[in-house]
Amino acid sequence: MNQEFKKETFRDDYTFSNSPESIRRFPFPFWEDKYMYSVNIEPHTKGPAGSVFEFPIDINEHYVSEMADRAIVLKEDPLRCQALPHMMLAQWDFLELLMTSMARDYPQWFSLKTEGDNWHWINRPLNIDQKFVFGDPSTLPYEPMEYIGRQCQGDFSIQDQRDGQLWMDAGIITTQADWSLDFDVGMNFMEWHGPVPLAHDMKVFDRALKFLLNLQLGQPVRRLNWTMTINPRLDTSPENYNKWGKDRTTVTPENVGDKVHLRVELQALWRLPRSNAILFSIRGYLIKMRELVTVPKWGRRMHRVLKSLPQELIDYKGITRYRDTTLEWLSQYDDGAPTSQGGGPD
Amino acid sequence: MLVEGIKSRPQYPGLIADCYANHHVIAADGDGAQAIIDLFNQHGPQIKGRVTIVYAETLPNSADYTTRLKQLPVEIVHALPTVVTAIRRLTGVLHVARMGTRIYAAGTETMIGLTVQLAQELGMDPQAVLTEHRGTMARRVQCVHCKGFTENVKTNIVKCAHCGANLLVRDHYSKRLAAFQGVCVDAEVPGELPEIVEVFK
Repeated sequence: MNQEFKKETFRDDYTFSNSPESIRRFPFPFWEDKYMYSVNIEPHTKGPAGSVFEFPIDINEHYVSEMADRAIVLKEDPLRCQALPHMMLAQWDFLELLMTSMARDYPQWFSLKTEGDNWHWINRPLNIDQKFVFGDPSTLPYEPMEYIGRQCQGDFSIQDQRDGQLWMDAGIITTQADWSLDFDVGMNFMEWHGPVPLAHDMKVFDRALKFLLNLQLGQPVRRLNWTMTINPRLDTSPENYNKWGKDRTTVTPENVGDKVHLRVELQALWRLPRSNAILFSIRGYLIKMRELVTVPKWGRRMHRVLKSLPQELIDYKGITRYRDTTLEWLSQYDDGAPTSQGGGPD
Repeated sequence: MLVEGIKSRPQYPGLIADCYANHHVIAADGDGAQAIIDLFNQHGPQIKGRVTIVYAETLPNSADYTTRLKQLPVEIVHALPTVVTAIRRLTGVLHVARMGTRIYAAGTETMIGLTVQLAQELGMDPQAVLTEHRGTMARRVQCVHCKGFTENVKTNIVKCAHCGANLLVRDHYSKRLAAFQGVCVDAEVPGELPEIVEVFK
């Protein structure tokens, strides 16, 4: 993509919106007219040019503004970024993965030159020019994970692997769908997924964990997850739920199209080379209902998915209060015509 | 946020004697003392080496428990007035503990949780702490908003002792924090509360 970075906000006056091009490349997560959990993992391989899968790390028109929002969150609550002491090697693995990916795939914006451990990183959109020694945290203004995490869209957690388990021992999480890094840091895979309904009985997590423990270096995998958010708010943390929760009561038939957003997470998992840890990247995409229905297939399918969603998932995803209003609004875009398989626009 | 019936909670399988340990450090509060007495009754001969008990006298009959604990074949019983002071003493005991020490925790979830948390902070595997629950099911709850801890929570909804938010006590527990998660229950419509009932007895 060769676009300007938009100046927009994800709080207060909420000026966020998607360009037509950004709508077309939105990772619509429903490949059929209904939704249920599955271990929908596939190789994180190169996708079509212009798609969110074109490169391992997707940088788009919202980059600069999303990084500004992250800076606000971290200023107000430093606990959104935490790493247990034994995770330093994994932090460097993470920094290396992001810098090399970003510089390789977006040379117009990022540059990385390395001479042994002497690295020189340039981030033009954010006006950063940094020389540092790889492996020496004192040569960066933040610890490595926070340093590069402040320069890349998406949340990131890093899992240590030991005792046949994955332990969430580090993360920079500022745009989460209602879970707390500060509460979950140090937990294992089963523990941090404890509150998810239905999936435990379906053995989803047993299968996923078994798969992830065998994840190979250089063979990252991905899946899509989704929820819905009122207003284009990135910081839907439980920490601030007492501030944004009331937004869920503000949906009316008149404002559904602009207020209700589908929020899709492109989640990828990567084995890290030195630490043997697993990086979990959670790259979020927001789209307004009004933007979504400009793709007729998506309008029809969103209506059908929302209509057939099990009550436990409606509650868990926090959609309960505004589901009916949203359904009613979406119904005008569902003429009952059949939809094609797969999530892409027709 | 209104969802309940979520599964996740620590397991407390019960105290058993570690016959290989050479120092047994046993932390307990309230009725946890009875778990220690039962341990000695059932596995006494297997408990070799030193025994240190740190006991929080949190119940009206705790002084009687202390007397009975002191009759066990142990090196010392530290009797403290509260869980907080007991944990402080336990910290001192564990700071000078050597290889071969086994930690046991018995009593309320708060006592067990804080003991496991302390062990973890000192670099031990939290799963290596032997645990047995006795007494109240009251919970220690952390407010996800202000991060303050509210102790001895017996109801599904509790007012945060720090920021005053009405918190739904979720079945989501952090060993690192030794606490359940509390999340504002009426954020969407302030004052709209579910019925408050005593659920952790």
